[in-house]
Amino acid sequence: MNLGFLSSLPFQPVTAVLVIPGTAAILLMLLPGYRLTARLNVIAALLTFFAALTLLVERPPHGVYLFVDDLNIVFVVLGTFVGFTTSAFSASYIGHEIEIGRLTPTNLRFYHAMYQVLMFSMNLALLANNIGLMWVAIEFATLTTVLMVGIYRTHEALEAAWKYFILGSVGIALALFGTILVYMAARPVIGEGQDAMVWTALIERARDFKSELLNVAFVFLMLGYGTKVGLAPLHAWLPDAHAEGPTPISAVLSGLLLNVALYAVLRFKMLLAANPAAIAPGPLMATLGLVSLLFAGFMLYRRRDIKRLFAYSSIEHMGIITFAFGMGGPLANFAGLLHMTMHSLTKSAIFFAVGHIAQVKGTQKLSDIRGLTESHPVLGWGLVLGVVAIAGLPPLGIFMSEFLLVSSTFARAPLLAIPLVFGLLVAFGALMLRLTDVAFGKPTGSMAAVEASYIPLFAHLLLVLSAGFYLPGPLVVWFQNVARLLG
Amino acid sequence: MARSVLDIAHMLAGGLVLVSFMLLYQVRMFGLLNVFALHALVLSLSVAWQAFSQNAPHLYITATIALVLKAIIIPVALHRVVLKLGIHRSIETVGGIGPTMLAGMGLVALSMVVMLRAAAEADPLAREDLAFALSVVLLGLLVMVTRRNAVSQIVGFMSLENGLILAATGAKGMPLVVEISVAFSVLVAFIVIGVFLFRIRERFDTVDVQALDDFRGERR
Repeated sequence: MNLGFLSSLPFQPVTAVLVIPGTAAILLMLLPGYRLTARLNVIAALLTFFAALTLLVERPPHGVYLFVDDLNIVFVVLGTFVGFTTSAFSASYIGHEIEIGRLTPTNLRFYHAMYQVLMFSMNLALLANNIGLMWVAIEFATLTTVLMVGIYRTHEALEAAWKYFILGSVGIALALFGTILVYMAARPVIGEGQDAMVWTALIERARDFKSELLNVAFVFLMLGYGTKVGLAPLHAWLPDAHAEGPTPISAVLSGLLLNVALYAVLRFKMLLAANPAAIAPGPLMATLGLVSLLFAGFMLYRRRDIKRLFAYSSIEHMGIITFAFGMGGPLANFAGLLHMTMHSLTKSAIFFAVGHIAQVKGTQKLSDIRGLTESHPVLGWGLVLGVVAIAGLPPLGIFMSEFLLVSSTFARAPLLAIPLVFGLLVAFGALMLRLTDVAFGKPTGSMAAVEASYIPLFAHLLLVLSAGFYLPGPLVVWFQNVARLLG
Repeated sequence: MARSVLDIAHMLAGGLVLVSFMLLYQVRMFGLLNVFALHALVLSLSVAWQAFSQNAPHLYITATIALVLKAIIIPVALHRVVLKLGIHRSIETVGGIGPTMLAGMGLVALSMVVMLRAAAEADPLAREDLAFALSVVLLGLLVMVTRRNAVSQIVGFMSLENGLILAATGAKGMPLVVEISVAFSVLVAFIVIGVFLFRIRERFDTVDVQALDDFRGERR
């Protein structure tokens, strides 16, 4: 396959991943008519996804501001894919919101523009080769999502947005302090100015940095970006933001933004791992991950709102993933990467189903939603499949990653495996309990047919299902490479 | 000469920590805003001194931004918001002033212990600057935690950001990108907060975050 023509394009694919959403955001802000803009939103997201795919084939050289390596390409491709399917779901979701008057056309113009700004800033955060630029991009992504969470302007939405804003800003502020400390550690070795913030230069010379400064920096970065990952005890914003914003935003938050924050943590973990005198970042990550898993597992039992239920499940899974990367080593890192991919796909699929369900039933209360498989068979079974997947039942993809993680933990630190398995079982029980209530039994509420687009939902579930049976060889090799890179 | 350069830098950074303490015990809204303006003024002096002593003219821009935006525009704007909302009487604090001050002292001691040790081999200017900056950041967090009122939480957050700017300017030769982005982020943050304040006013007739809590979808 001759893809040499790619380099002769007027701009590199790596810039296209940023330019497309950026241009689309401006267009969407100017254009009227929600049908047109919804379609444009989908097209822009699709084009971004294609641009991200071309990065797999031909990798641009490292720049001062942007770079592509084995690690961030995984996040970019996954992110742009979920961004695309969510935009397709969003197109059918907002049609209903307009009908019932929860959103006005002006709101919507803003919503679509913000969606693309969010895509832009997430891609920028992932591709940034400068730790300062990465910070700015993540801050920007936070601000856009704050605005989108508050878009319904109800009491609950405003409270959620406010809480998200305050906690998110504090997290972001701590992360900036950590970033400054990293610069301070790098300055004596690399020299003053721009270079001491360039990622590729940092990782090359990390061996010679002052380890004391790096240690303190990592604590701040871990707590700061960890807030955005949604790790307990800094998770308080996450359930509210998921429950009160529009459902496509819940899907994007869970499927993408949490991953972007996790990516930042991983980058700095690699930096610490490259310095022999620095503390091992693993135990801190593993502890935070385990605490989140156990905490969220128990909190799942007390949820009465369907979106909050799955938001807590996101905390649980981010805990598992952080634990996996904290354990480190080729196998646990592989499990972490696989789990992250599977979680993004499954959780956004669940939110697609939940969005339509909440619209047709007119409520998010778990107690008012019953017998879905009877009243809305396609949606109901879609949700069942999604929850079975997220709970970690075989033969779906999440089972495989959890199995890998548990077995590697047993082999290396059997004592840690006990709380891990316990947490997984607790969460499993809660999800099954809620699922039987919601999906089976005598249907309640509206029986009206749904105008739903099932394609994004089932596309995700199909991917998760097939990953449970068979992972393509090149993908396995790729993930193994990345796992080795992560150390 | 070198000695007095250091001394003045330390005096200004230490002054910022002191003003952070003053933020902790304000019980009146306008008092809080005035002290915050002072906070920003001390910050801009400190940044200007860094610009002078490091011979880094671009830091004067950061100092000017701090002075104009944070010491003048934002306090004045918040002053108006407070008047308009009629919440200038007093601030509800969580816990008393005494315990809060003690906690503040503990935080300053903590940041001294952590930073002076961690940055032991950095040049003395950067080392002590970092310790002061961390104190300001932590005290800003404490202000946010101990206040229920939305406006005073904003003030706490902005004083926290001042601490970050102090740290960034103390780090010699740190690219301008970051400083401008910090200043920019404050602006954006302010717009966001402003929007929220008016929306909150529209819906609740109060900016007491306690009232927001009562609207929670789910009780614990």
